[in-house]
Amino acid sequence: MNLLLTFIQKAIGQGVAILFGATGEIVTEKSGNLNLGIPGIMYMGGIAGLMGAFFYENGTENPNGFVGFLIAIVCTLAASALGGLLYSFLTITLRANQNVVGLALTTFGVGFGNFFGGSISKLAGGVGQISVKTTAEAFRAQIPVLSEIPVVGDLLFSYGFLTYLSVVIALGMTYFLKRTRKGLNLRAIGEDPATADAAGINVSRYKYVATVTGAAIAGIGGLYFVMEYLGGTWSNNGFGDRGWLAIALVILALWNPANAIWGSFVFGGLYILYIYLPGLTRATQELCKMLPYVVTIVVLVITSKRNKQENQPPASLGEAYFREDR
Amino acid sequence: MSREVTVAKREPVVRMAKRDTISRGKAWGIRLIAVLLSLVTAAVVIVAITKQNPVEVYLGIVDGAVGTNRRAWVTIRETVVLLCIAIGLTPAFKMKFWNIGAEGQILMGGAATAALMIYAGDALPNWLLLIVIFIASAAAGMVWGLIPAIFKAKYNTNETLFTLMLNYVAMQVVTFCIVFWENPAGSNTVGIIGAAGQKGWFPPVLGITYGLNVILVAVLTVGIYIYMKYSKHGYEISVVGESQNTARYAGINVKRVIIRTMMLSGAICGFAGCLIVSGASHTISTSTAGGRGFTAIIVAWMSKFNPFAMILVSAFLVFMQQGSIQIASQFGLNENASDIITGILLFFLIGCEFFINYRLEFRKNRNA
Amino acid sequence: MEPVNAIELKGVTKRFGEVTANDNVNLTVRKGEILSILGENGSGKTTLMNMLSGIYFPDEGEIRVNGETVTIRSPKDSFALGIGMIHQHFKLIQILTAAENIILGLPGSGRLNMKQVEREIAELTARYGFDLNPAQKIYDMSVSQKQTVEIVKVLYRGADILILDEPTAVLTPQETEKLFAVLRNMREAGKSIIIITHKLNEVLELSDRVAVLRKGKYIDTVPTKEATVESLTEMMVGEKVTLDIHRTKPEGVKKRIEMRGITCRNKEGLKVLKEASFDAYSGEILGVAGISGSGQKELLESVAGLQPIESGEILYYPPEGATEKISGMKAEDIKKLGITLSFVPEDRLGMGLVGSMDLTDNMMIRSYKEGGKFFADRKKPKKLAEEIVSQLEVVTPGVDTPVSRLSGGNVQKILVGREIAGNPTVLMVAYPVRGLDINSSYTIYNLLNEQKKKGVAVICVGEDLDVLLALCDKILVLNSGRVAGIVDARSTTKEELGLMMTGDGEEKKADE
Repeated sequence: MNLLLTFIQKAIGQGVAILFGATGEIVTEKSGNLNLGIPGIMYMGGIAGLMGAFFYENGTENPNGFVGFLIAIVCTLAASALGGLLYSFLTITLRANQNVVGLALTTFGVGFGNFFGGSISKLAGGVGQISVKTTAEAFRAQIPVLSEIPVVGDLLFSYGFLTYLSVVIALGMTYFLKRTRKGLNLRAIGEDPATADAAGINVSRYKYVATVTGAAIAGIGGLYFVMEYLGGTWSNNGFGDRGWLAIALVILALWNPANAIWGSFVFGGLYILYIYLPGLTRATQELCKMLPYVVTIVVLVITSKRNKQENQPPASLGEAYFREDR
Repeated sequence: MSREVTVAKREPVVRMAKRDTISRGKAWGIRLIAVLLSLVTAAVVIVAITKQNPVEVYLGIVDGAVGTNRRAWVTIRETVVLLCIAIGLTPAFKMKFWNIGAEGQILMGGAATAALMIYAGDALPNWLLLIVIFIASAAAGMVWGLIPAIFKAKYNTNETLFTLMLNYVAMQVVTFCIVFWENPAGSNTVGIIGAAGQKGWFPPVLGITYGLNVILVAVLTVGIYIYMKYSKHGYEISVVGESQNTARYAGINVKRVIIRTMMLSGAICGFAGCLIVSGASHTISTSTAGGRGFTAIIVAWMSKFNPFAMILVSAFLVFMQQGSIQIASQFGLNENASDIITGILLFFLIGCEFFINYRLEFRKNRNA
Repeated sequence: MEPVNAIELKGVTKRFGEVTANDNVNLTVRKGEILSILGENGSGKTTLMNMLSGIYFPDEGEIRVNGETVTIRSPKDSFALGIGMIHQHFKLIQILTAAENIILGLPGSGRLNMKQVEREIAELTARYGFDLNPAQKIYDMSVSQKQTVEIVKVLYRGADILILDEPTAVLTPQETEKLFAVLRNMREAGKSIIIITHKLNEVLELSDRVAVLRKGKYIDTVPTKEATVESLTEMMVGEKVTLDIHRTKPEGVKKRIEMRGITCRNKEGLKVLKEASFDAYSGEILGVAGISGSGQKELLESVAGLQPIESGEILYYPPEGATEKISGMKAEDIKKLGITLSFVPEDRLGMGLVGSMDLTDNMMIRSYKEGGKFFADRKKPKKLAEEIVSQLEVVTPGVDTPVSRLSGGNVQKILVGREIAGNPTVLMVAYPVRGLDINSSYTIYNLLNEQKKKGVAVICVGEDLDVLLALCDKILVLNSGRVAGIVDARSTTKEELGLMMTGDGEEKKADE
C-alpha cells in the first residue's frame, strides 16, 4: 500500500513536466504549428528560472522564498516565450519548414541549457553544487493541513504549487479551446488557415500568440523539473527526453489537454516503473526503461488505425500559410 | 493613390510575393550573406560571454578547426560522418518520409559494430572483420529504418514520432549492452575496444589515419547522387514524395517504395554508426550519435538534397563546431557552447531560404 | 444625398509575378442590382473580386464603397464595409458545425453561447426561406447545403453587398432555380449582388447588367436586356466564335468495358458507389453526369485499377482476343496485360501530373518502367514532351519547366496529350475543361472527338450539362453513388438529367 502510494506520487511528479510540455504543444499545434523545438524550449525555461533564482539568492543577504519564486517564474516565462517567438518568426513570418526549425531550436535550446547550467555549476563550485534552496523550498511548499491527512493528503495534497498549476492550465486550455470564441478561431486556423483568414481572423497574430503562449507553458515544465523535481539544481541533459514524450503525449491525448492530464501521469508511471518492479537486474532494468517509448509507439500505431474526423490532427499542421498563394 | 486616402487606414508598407525563379548566383549570394550575418551574431554572443576580442575568438575557431594537422583531420573525420548521415537521410526525405530516427539507426549500427569488435575481434582477420562489420552495421540500421516504414506503409502511422521514439529504444539497447561490455567493471562505460590489437579499427590508407573514412563516404555520396538522379528507383522516390496519388496512378507500388527506401536510408545511417565506432572513437555510449542525426536532417534540407551541396554545408557546420570546442576550452567555457553556435548558424541559414523563395516589395510613396 | 453606387473600382491593377491578372479595371455596381461579371476562365474575375473581399491587395487603383474611397487590407476590413463573398471553393471548416462556421472570426462575448447563436441563425434562415440545421457538421453536408451555410454566413455578418463566385457550378438545374429565387428576394430587400460566372444563359436569366472581362482587362458593362448570347460571347472572347461541337455518328461500335454491380467505399467507410453497372463502347463518347461527389471519381478510378472494390466485376473486351476480368487488379497489373486504359483525372496536379517536375519527367509517369533495369530512360519521354508541345501548341519556356508554372489550359493539354500518346483503347477523362478558356476547351473537345473517330471508347465526366448534351452520345447519370439511368444524349433534356441527378427514388443516407 505504502509502496503503491509512493509510486503514484512519484509518477505524478514525473508526469507534471510532461503535462506542461504537452499542454503547450497542444495549444501550439491547434494553430497549425508543429513545434519540435518544445524539448529545447523546456531546457531554456528550466535554466532561465534556475539562473534567475541563483543570481537572486547569491546577490541577497537573506533571500525571500516568494521573491525567488516570482523571479524564477518570470525568467522562465521570458526565456521560453523568446524561444517560441524565434520559432514563430522563422516559421510564420519567414515560412521556414517547421520540422527543421523545431529541430534546430531543440539543438540550440538543449545546448543553451547545458551551457549555462554548466557555467553556473562552475560558478557554484562544481557539478551539482548549484543550490537555490530558499526558492526551491518555495516551489516545494505543500498545502498546509490538507497534506497532513493520511493517504488522501499524500495522494492529493502533497505536491508543490506547479503541480496544481499544470492541471489548472490543462483544464483551462480545454475550456478555452472548446467554449470560447477565441478558442474556436484558433481551432479554425489549425484546420484551414485560408478559411479562417477569409472569415476575418488575423491568422498570423493568432499563430504567434498561440505558439509563444504554448512555449511559455512548456517552459514552466522545465522549471518544474529543475525546482521541484531536482530541488533547485542542474544536471546536464538531466531533463532527458521528457520534451519528446510531451510531443508524443499530444497524439495520445487526441489534442485535448484534459486527456493529457491522466496521460502524463501514466507516462510518468512508466518512466519510473523499473524502480518499483521487483526482481529486475541491472540489465533488465535498462530494458524496462524502454517502456514509455514502446508504449508511445503502440499508441501511435493504434491511433493511426482509427479514423474519426474529430480525432485527427489539425488539418493544416506543419504547413506555412501565405495568403496570396495561388 | 495613397494621396486620396484621408482616413486613418494605411496601406501595408511591405508586401511579399512569391518568386517564380531565382538565379543560382543570387540564391547562393543570399545564403552567403546569411552565413556572414550568422558569424557576426555568433561573434556578438561569444564576445558577450567571454568578453574577448572577436577577432581573437574567430582566430581561435580557425585554429581549433584546422590549426594543427591532427585538428584538421578530426574536422575532416567529423565532416565525413555528418555527410554520411545526411546522405543516408536524403532518399527518405526526398520521399517526404520524416526520418528523424537517424540517431537510433546510428546507435544500432554502432552497437552492432562494437559487438563484432568485442566478440569477433580475435576470430577473424582484420579485413574480413571489417567487411562483416560493414554489413552488420548496415543491417542493424536497416532494421531500425524498416520498422517504422512497415507501419507507415501499412497504417500510415506518423513516422516522425515513431522514428523519434525508436531513438530512445536504441539508446536503451545501448545501455543494456554496456552492462555486459563495461570496461573497467563499474565504470558504466565501454572504454576503448581492442586497444591492443586495433582489431576492427579502420586501418590507415596511404598512410592517412582517416583515409578509409573519406574514401568510403565519397563513394557513398557519388553513389546516392547517381541513384537519386538517374535510376528508376530515384524517380519512384521523387514521385512518391510529391504525391502518393500520382504514384499509384503511375502504377508505382507505394508501400514497396516506402519500405525499400527506408531500408536504404536506415542502412546508410547504420553504416555511419560503424564509421564512428570502428573508424573514429573505438568505443560506444549513448552519446555516440551525439545529435548528429538531427543536425544531418538540417544539412540535407538546406542542401535541397543535393549531395554535393551537403559536403559544403556539413564542412561548414563541423568547422564551426570543432572551432567552438576549441575556444570553449581556451576561454574556460564548456563544450555545449558549440551547440549554441550551431543553433545560431542554423537559424540564419534556415531563415534565409525565405528571401530565396519570396520577394519583398516596399510600397513607394506615389505623391506625383 | 444617398450615393447610387455600392461599389466603384477605378484603374485597379493586380500582378502575380510576371502575370497581370487585372489590368486597369473600372467597374461600377449599383445599389439593389444583380450584376454579372462575365469572362472566360483566367480572365481575372475571381482575382478582381478577391480584392474586394480582402484576400488580395491591389497593386494600383482605387476602390470606393458607397461613394467613399476605402482601403481593404484584409477580409475583416471587407466585412466592416458590408461586403461578403461566397467563394467557389467553399471556405468552411469541415469538423465544425454550420453555426460555428457562421460565427467564425466575429467579435462578441469571449464565452461562446451556441444556443443563442443557433436561435439567431434559425430566425435568419426562416426569413429568407433557407433550409439549414445549424448544429450539423460540415462534413455531413451536401454541396448545396454547404453553399447555404456560406450564404447565411455573409448575411449573418450583415453584408449588403454579396459576391458569389461561380455559385451554380456544382448545383443541379433545380437547385440553381432555387438559388436564383433567393437571390431575387435579396435584391428586393435592397442588397447588391455580384455573381461571377461564365455561363451565358444564367447571365441573361438573372442579372440586371453584365460586366465583361477579357484577359484581365475590363471590356464594358451592358444592360442585360440589350445583350444576346452572341454579343456577350464576342465581348468575352474578343472574336466571333462558333460554339458548336461537331458531333459525328458513332461508327464501328463494339463493347469495350462492362461494369457489373460495382460497390466501393471511401476512406471513412461510406459507400460511394452502389452496385453501379454500365457498358462503354468503342467509337462512342459516354458522358457521366451527377452532382459533384456522387461517385464519379470512384467510377473512373475503379475502372483504372486505382480504387479498391468491395463487390462486382469489371470486364474488358479487347478488339481481338479473349475477354479479361480487370476488377481487383491494380493499375500496373492491367498495364502488364497490354491493355492501355488512359485516364485524365480530375486532380491534374495531384494525380495526373507532378507539379514540381518538368515536362519530361511528367511524361515518364506513364513510361519510366520501360528500358533497362536500373537506369531510367529520359530520351524518349523528352521527345514525346517536345512533340506534345508542338502539336498541341503548349505555351511553355521549354520542356525543362516545372508544369506547375504553366497555365491551367497548358497543363491540361500536356496531360491529355500524354494520355492520348499511349494509343489507348479506352480513354477516361474527368472534368476535362474545368478552368480552361474557350479556345483551350474546344481544343480538348476536338481531341476527344478525334479519339472517338479512331474507335476509342471515351468516358467523359462533366459538370456542364449543356456541354455533355452537345458532346456525348450517351449520358450516364449518377445519383448518390447509384446509376440512375443511361440516356441518349441526342434526345434527352437538361431538366430530365437534373431530375435524375437528384430524384428521390433512392434512399439518400439510410444505407451508409
